[in-house]
Amino acid sequence: MEKIYSLKYGLLLLFVCLSNWVFAQSGTITGKVVDENNLPLPAATVVVKGKSISTSTDANGFYKLSNVPAGAQTVVISFIGYKNQENPVNVSGAVSLNGQLEPSTLALNEVAVIGYGTVRKSDATGAISVVTAKDFNRGAVNTIQDAIVGKLPGVVITSTSGAPGNTSTIRIRGGASLNASNDPLIVIDNVPIDNTALGGSANILNTINPNDVENITVLKDASATAIYGARASNGVLLITTKRGSKELKLNYNVTTSLSVLPKQVDVYTGDEFRDVVNKVYAGNTAVTNLLGTASTDWQKEIYQKAFGQDHNLSVSGTAKNLPYRVALGYNNSDGILKTYNFQRTTLAIGLDPSLLNNHLNIHVNVKGLYNLNNFAEQSAVGNAINYDPTKPVYNGNTRWRGYTTWTDKGNTNINGDPVTLAPANPVAQLDLTDNKSTVRRSIGNAQFDYKMHFLPELRANLNLAYDYAKVFGHNNARDSTQWVYIPVVAGGRLSNYEESRKNQLVDFYFNYVKDLKAVDSRLDATAGYSWSHFYREGHGTSSDIKMTAPQPPNDYITEYYLISFFGRLNYTFKDKYQLTFTVRDDATSRFAKDKRWGLFPAGAFTWRIKDEDFLKNSNTVSDLKLRVSYGVTGQQDLNNGNNYPYLAKFTVSDQTSRYQLGDTFYNTLRPDGYDANIKWETTTTTNIGLDYGFLNNRLTGTIDYYFRKTKDLLSIVNAAAGTNFAATVLTNVGNMENRGLELGLNAVVISKKDFSWNLSYNISYNKNKITRLSLNANDNTIIQVGGISGTFNTIQAQKVGSPLNSFYVYQQIYDSNGKPIEDAYVDRNNDNVINSSDLYIYKKPDPTVQMGINSRLAYKDWDFAFSGRLSLGNYNYNNVASGSTYRGLYSSLGYIANQTKAAEETQFTTALKTNMSDFYIQKASYFRMDNVNLGYNVPKFNKLKLRVSAGVQNVFVITKYKGLDPEISGGLDNNFFPRARIYQLGLNCTF
Amino acid sequence: MKLNRSLIAVILISGVLGTSCLKDLDVKPKDPKITTSATVFDKPEAYKQFLAKLYSTLSLTGQKGEAGAPEISAPDEGTTAFIRGWWNAQEVTTDECINAWGDGGLVEYHGHIWSDNNDYIKLMYQRLFINISYCNEMIRAVNDNVGGLSGAQKTEIDAYQAEARFLRAYYYFCAMDLYGNVPFVTEADKPGAFLPKQIKRADLFKYVESELKAVADLLPQPGANEYARADRAAAWTLLSRIYLNAQVYTGTAMYGDCIKYANEVIGAGKYSLHGKYPELFLADNDKIKDEIIMPIASSGASSRSYGDVTFIIHAGVGGSEDAANTFGIASGGWGGNRLTTAFVNTQFADPSGNTDKRAIFHTAGQTLTITHPTVFTEGYLSAKWKNITSTGAQGGNSTFVETDFPLFRLAEVYLNYAEATVRGGAGGDAGKALQYVNALRTRAYEGASGNINSGQLNLDFLLQERGREFYWEFQRRTDLIRFGKFTGGSLLWDFKGNVMAGVSTDAHFNIFPIPASDMLLNNNLTQNPGY
Repeated sequence: MEKIYSLKYGLLLLFVCLSNWVFAQSGTITGKVVDENNLPLPAATVVVKGKSISTSTDANGFYKLSNVPAGAQTVVISFIGYKNQENPVNVSGAVSLNGQLEPSTLALNEVAVIGYGTVRKSDATGAISVVTAKDFNRGAVNTIQDAIVGKLPGVVITSTSGAPGNTSTIRIRGGASLNASNDPLIVIDNVPIDNTALGGSANILNTINPNDVENITVLKDASATAIYGARASNGVLLITTKRGSKELKLNYNVTTSLSVLPKQVDVYTGDEFRDVVNKVYAGNTAVTNLLGTASTDWQKEIYQKAFGQDHNLSVSGTAKNLPYRVALGYNNSDGILKTYNFQRTTLAIGLDPSLLNNHLNIHVNVKGLYNLNNFAEQSAVGNAINYDPTKPVYNGNTRWRGYTTWTDKGNTNINGDPVTLAPANPVAQLDLTDNKSTVRRSIGNAQFDYKMHFLPELRANLNLAYDYAKVFGHNNARDSTQWVYIPVVAGGRLSNYEESRKNQLVDFYFNYVKDLKAVDSRLDATAGYSWSHFYREGHGTSSDIKMTAPQPPNDYITEYYLISFFGRLNYTFKDKYQLTFTVRDDATSRFAKDKRWGLFPAGAFTWRIKDEDFLKNSNTVSDLKLRVSYGVTGQQDLNNGNNYPYLAKFTVSDQTSRYQLGDTFYNTLRPDGYDANIKWETTTTTNIGLDYGFLNNRLTGTIDYYFRKTKDLLSIVNAAAGTNFAATVLTNVGNMENRGLELGLNAVVISKKDFSWNLSYNISYNKNKITRLSLNANDNTIIQVGGISGTFNTIQAQKVGSPLNSFYVYQQIYDSNGKPIEDAYVDRNNDNVINSSDLYIYKKPDPTVQMGINSRLAYKDWDFAFSGRLSLGNYNYNNVASGSTYRGLYSSLGYIANQTKAAEETQFTTALKTNMSDFYIQKASYFRMDNVNLGYNVPKFNKLKLRVSAGVQNVFVITKYKGLDPEISGGLDNNFFPRARIYQLGLNCTF
Repeated sequence: MKLNRSLIAVILISGVLGTSCLKDLDVKPKDPKITTSATVFDKPEAYKQFLAKLYSTLSLTGQKGEAGAPEISAPDEGTTAFIRGWWNAQEVTTDECINAWGDGGLVEYHGHIWSDNNDYIKLMYQRLFINISYCNEMIRAVNDNVGGLSGAQKTEIDAYQAEARFLRAYYYFCAMDLYGNVPFVTEADKPGAFLPKQIKRADLFKYVESELKAVADLLPQPGANEYARADRAAAWTLLSRIYLNAQVYTGTAMYGDCIKYANEVIGAGKYSLHGKYPELFLADNDKIKDEIIMPIASSGASSRSYGDVTFIIHAGVGGSEDAANTFGIASGGWGGNRLTTAFVNTQFADPSGNTDKRAIFHTAGQTLTITHPTVFTEGYLSAKWKNITSTGAQGGNSTFVETDFPLFRLAEVYLNYAEATVRGGAGGDAGKALQYVNALRTRAYEGASGNINSGQLNLDFLLQERGREFYWEFQRRTDLIRFGKFTGGSLLWDFKGNVMAGVSTDAHFNIFPIPASDMLLNNNLTQNPGY
């Protein structure tokens, strides 16, 4: 890495030298160029007419013309798609001239960030979606995912738990991969970040405070993503943070929240439980004697009303010529699970100096995160369902710290030996567990964009970035606790861990933009190089409290490199026809020398139909653009920490996997499984889209159809017996397809002076199918996945012809009343035996159709917004219900356990594999009202702008699903941390 | 032209970066636990560590204790262990064991209703072939490198190679017994993307036989090797076992050869029956050198697995048993395995343990009759295996046991001899056969009260005697098949055929299927009949 640092400092020096460039004495003209919406226009050309003096505006629309001869001059400001503007000006010393350009045709002129550059949205050739800060879900202050959920067609965001600050899975157009990561690439201010979860810190996007985000752009088709080549198969999320403003602006935002549990799991009460145990085990005193006399609502004992607060303070402005923004954020939220807490302090600094007459634009970003988590003992959620409701929380024992605990003498000796496999007292678990982590992370970059003096059309851009993180934490439990029995029964646990991450990035590219007026064309070419390094090391220890039996440490060091060359050529003819070619040549250190390079090309064509003569003057059709693209992207993100899958290597065992030969214990040495020929997974995507606007763009939107095919899937599959050193090996096997349709619609329903109503709606349809799973194209290959609780079984499978992670179950037989008959399944292969060959593929966890609806109503100083989502065609395996049977009431290990009321529905008493029945695959379509928010803008008081708001998150859910919450990431519903309903009050001041 | 120079500098720097950084792509693991194959044997001690791996795969599942770095992936890593896989296949499918967990794969085992999709069939198959692949790699590693080693070192690692061949022969014996016709790979087949050819059961028998005979001359003399390593007596015992079953494997009886190799073991003069039968299965059984020919070593601190004897003990403990004080597993039993009613009734006229001391049962709180397989308190429990020493002390760890698995012990050699003799094997001496059987009976009854006469020494008696002597020691399925009683209706037990009273099952269950997962991958394989 030394070379990177020295390079960084060398370049800094270089730029310092350049800034000392001596200018001739004459007048200067400075100013800002904005578009028709008063938004800054970057890269607009500013020329002194008749002189060879020119410049371009920077990212914020500012420009500076130096050495302008004194006297009357004419300044011409131009930008593609806009009418030229000529401004007479009398130059004497420093003068100021601002410009506002009018579009030459009515078009969407938002600037969209694309990889390695920006483009006006109207010029974008790929399928991209943008959400700007003003459209974020109001009141969603904890995570970026909350802010954009439901906003984007084709983007499915599912929070994996209800814990504050917790992570979400993001899927763009369904998953393209099988065992490799299906997460999109996340790029923050031009820095692609490592998407593997940071130990202890649940959410990689937590580094960024949603309040600091200006916009989020999603790149969906290959034309847009191919510039990120091997990391782009699952789409790209580009996050751009807010920048410094021209005028000093101070903003303070505070939100307080109250979280409540919306709904409890329906379990037997103490009395009901006594009844059902006495009924099912009538006469069996060994069981009925275990019943107690209390009535404890264990869920009530572990959940609480939780408060949260979020503060953000930002200052932005321009100091001399240095635009800056500094923001400080602090969030402190309790979870509804007692003891859970999330604290996040963020600092974001953005500096955008322009030097050398705006020829050198520098963007410096430093982001810091200091995050404290108290994760609590989350298995208490499940134990609160299963713990015997006839027992009190405390029973006066002396051995188990007073908490009621299952002991092997049943009720007769409350101080007896523990039944280690019995449910743990959930209150004790929360009280006696200390599970905290601290995360420190910083992402920073310095981007130097230099426009050649001798050739202003040519820019060189250098981006140096780092992403360093350190996590340390512990997950301790007191001794005299029944649920901790490894390594010492009731010996408690001292478990410490730490991890450091050091990722670095260097990007360098040239960009050449030329208007070829003679042939009515414009050329925009980019060529560059990228180097990145990902390094992780960690250390973990664990032992009982007294440290009598320390476990072997868990140490690791791993790293990989990515090196790429990339290029893009945009050609525009007559402002109507555009062609884009993109290519990226990527190499990863994860593959062998002759396999590591992957070439990922893409091409796109757009036709601005609106600009054709026959539509030019149409008032009805205000915008119409056709986009067609085709391209290839790759995947090498193995998602399993294995950075050397091609390498033949040996691993030495730890101290607990030794073997005794003679009098000595040897640390064993194992040859590891590997695939010397492992290579890139590649995805080809075809996309056809239409951008449209009607009635002076009162109604705008997009329609996209895509077909995406992944081949050489990085899959963990069985190796033919005897051919490898592991039973399963990561290799390139299988193909998969996703096809879908997306529609986005934005309507300005009402647009009056005091009254406006914006409505947006999106719908996306995705169909996923595995088309091949084995090298010899055998369609019967089954890869079982999706381990479920309580058994060694799996409930899902990958199979050719079926969607990813389909459920793989027995077909239940029902009686005439529609009640499932215990242990009766359809003999699907007609061999008169019900065995694992009768399992079949039934339904899938991913939604077929997702819709999002967003509304914003403004009347005078009041505004009201809501956003909601509809998900159709998704199914869950209700593991909470399948684990609830009469049989589960009593365990021969000597305890009784509460069940959900699902047990009453089936009344299964003894049968063996009822949990594998398709009865528990339940339809989980739902509509969720994510946000409702009411705001009032207090009339201006001097320069002070004040806004107060009140809102509710997770307002209500409409579903027929029988479990607690239908929205389950991955479709396996097994006692997850429930999502809270959050009431919020917010205050925002700006001046 | 300061500017142009700086521009050139930028271009040059980026060019240098572009090329010099390409070397980064050849990065090698920095983790000290990992060594590339190219350099691993630069250190001679690596051979012994690799040898330890070959033995450890008899009981362990990976490189990180009980879970975390497995070579076979499964929802529960413990299910991938050799002992657990072989034990389930040999015991749960028979009258010796019925399981209470409602685990689909085990239900299919006990009911003889399994298919080629059964997970346990797959995991055991994968375990055998992983272990065989490791042995092949060791044999190759020695062949490739042995030339560069000095005399003493060379002798030592040559010995490792013989042991690797012995272990490979043992795993192939298991594969032959369970699956019959299996893929066949030797040290000639380097790892990679190839599809192994299938070998017929009878041909595999010849291979196992010839390998065992070859290594029997290379291994150390009986008792001369280190603790837990194979010697000639281990090879001879295994030879006597495969010959006893040759009729099943090849269609040709070879009882004379069984007797020959039983005689080799007995004649070595190193072994005698241990005084007290129950001590063979206790936490300090590593001290028992008189009867145990080769153990699978256990250590609660250093060799942790949920699939070795730890599994056998935990899975069988529950009900009113005192896990901590009687079994030395304070972390508790798993309430799964117990004996079938039929087994107890047939084998033990007196199940109290007062006469035949091998009836080590726990009956308090248990019913003898099993009406619900999932109710653990139905059926007698076996208290044979314990993590308690012969002096009553608990093993060092409250979960992972110290108790070794006696892989080969003299009692088997005696009973092999007796049975081969009764079956008319050449060179068998009926008098000796009776003497060997009565030696076991005398130990079991702590006196001559249980001894039999020559008239009682028949095949039915011998099958029962093997049940009494070896229950829960993964012999039963092989024995029942040899006696023709595993499938069919001549011997029934509770829930055989998945019916409480037990019903006849089809003969094709005498061999397990090749797992569907491997059939789909390997076009060279033909499935066993009936699947």
